[in-house]
Amino acid sequence: MTDLQARGVVKAYGPTPALRGVTLDVAEGEIVAVTGPSGCGKSTLLHCLAGILRPDAGQVTWRGQRIDTWSEATRSKLRRTEFGVLFQFGQLVTELTAAENVALPLLLAGTGRREARTAALGWLERLDVADIVDVRPGEMSGGQQQRCALARALVTEPRVLFADEPTGALDTLAGEQVLTHLVRLARQQRTSVVLVTHEPRIAGYADREVTIRDGVVDATGLGLDLPLAGGGR
Amino acid sequence: MSTPYVLLGLLAAGNRHGYELKRAHDNRLPRARPLAFGQVYATLGRLARDGLVAVTGQEREAGPDRTAYALTARGRQELDQWLVTVEPPAPYVASALFAKVVVALLAADVDTARSYLVAQVRAHTDRLRELTAVKTAPSATFDDVVAADYAIAHLDADLRWLRTTLERVADWHREVRS
Repeated sequence: MTDLQARGVVKAYGPTPALRGVTLDVAEGEIVAVTGPSGCGKSTLLHCLAGILRPDAGQVTWRGQRIDTWSEATRSKLRRTEFGVLFQFGQLVTELTAAENVALPLLLAGTGRREARTAALGWLERLDVADIVDVRPGEMSGGQQQRCALARALVTEPRVLFADEPTGALDTLAGEQVLTHLVRLARQQRTSVVLVTHEPRIAGYADREVTIRDGVVDATGLGLDLPLAGGGR
Repeated sequence: MSTPYVLLGLLAAGNRHGYELKRAHDNRLPRARPLAFGQVYATLGRLARDGLVAVTGQEREAGPDRTAYALTARGRQELDQWLVTVEPPAPYVASALFAKVVVALLAADVDTARSYLVAQVRAHTDRLRELTAVKTAPSATFDDVVAADYAIAHLDADLRWLRTTLERVADWHREVRS
């Protein structure tokens, strides 16, 4: 079943077009990699799908409902409940410990303090970072920070996880560990994932890869202007 | 070939029968081509002839030809020597992929070259995804992960090289035409 859908999504920043009509379906529990060279529009697409940005034209639907026409407040609520987001830099609150950071989305949603902390501890444990529960981001390694951010993105048990270059700031092994956790947990919870990356190796973690080039889906999957097309030789 | 040394390495952990060596080889090197029994026995025969392994005895209970082998002192020496010898880093580029892409850019007509390159990138990408699934499966062992990492790193290198080559060709075309 298709859960999340983009239809002819167009988005420009001033006169510069970022997306020029992108159509994409994400099924329940499916992990989709969105790839392409830098500046191709893949992050903009993630922002539109997640309801962070509103497309200039086209539609974004979530379980049959158009969300691109919703108010910022309604979309923001969707992002706190059904959607989870993970960025390249975890964007943890530096004043809070790991457990407090992970509990935050639950507290914002009205969950009791004790219950939120218990859930946070559970997620940190599942991500093999139970030892940093009372540690603040400044004292964590990059890998620990990103696992903490992943725990925070998953603590509300979202139906879709949006991950934008989630390992871009990590060394290879730390990145592999974050992705392995991400994929295993997503499969366990049947959470769909939209994974934006420019690296084929990272895209390999997905079930399927969609390549964007110059703001449109590139059917060749190469993401580059093949000189051989058009009879150049 | 590294097979004799792999067998010596496996024997360094303790005496084993030919059959156990084959099993241990396939488990520790899960993405390598599985060893044939004939190859195990032939290799053990040569190693025994050269005094690098020795027969330690036969067990009656478990069938006729369960000969156990042990690493000799000379075998250990030979293994240690191999382990400290640096492998020549890529002395020649020996790859069907490399040859085919170069020839495709040289000799194929435009559409043939294009569809070959697209299909090759797709096949590489599919294989990379398959191996990533192997290594992220909750049942994956340490050996599985290490072997998959090796194969993935090579596929990834191929993909990067393919992409860079195509970009170079694009640049070259722009220069020639302008």
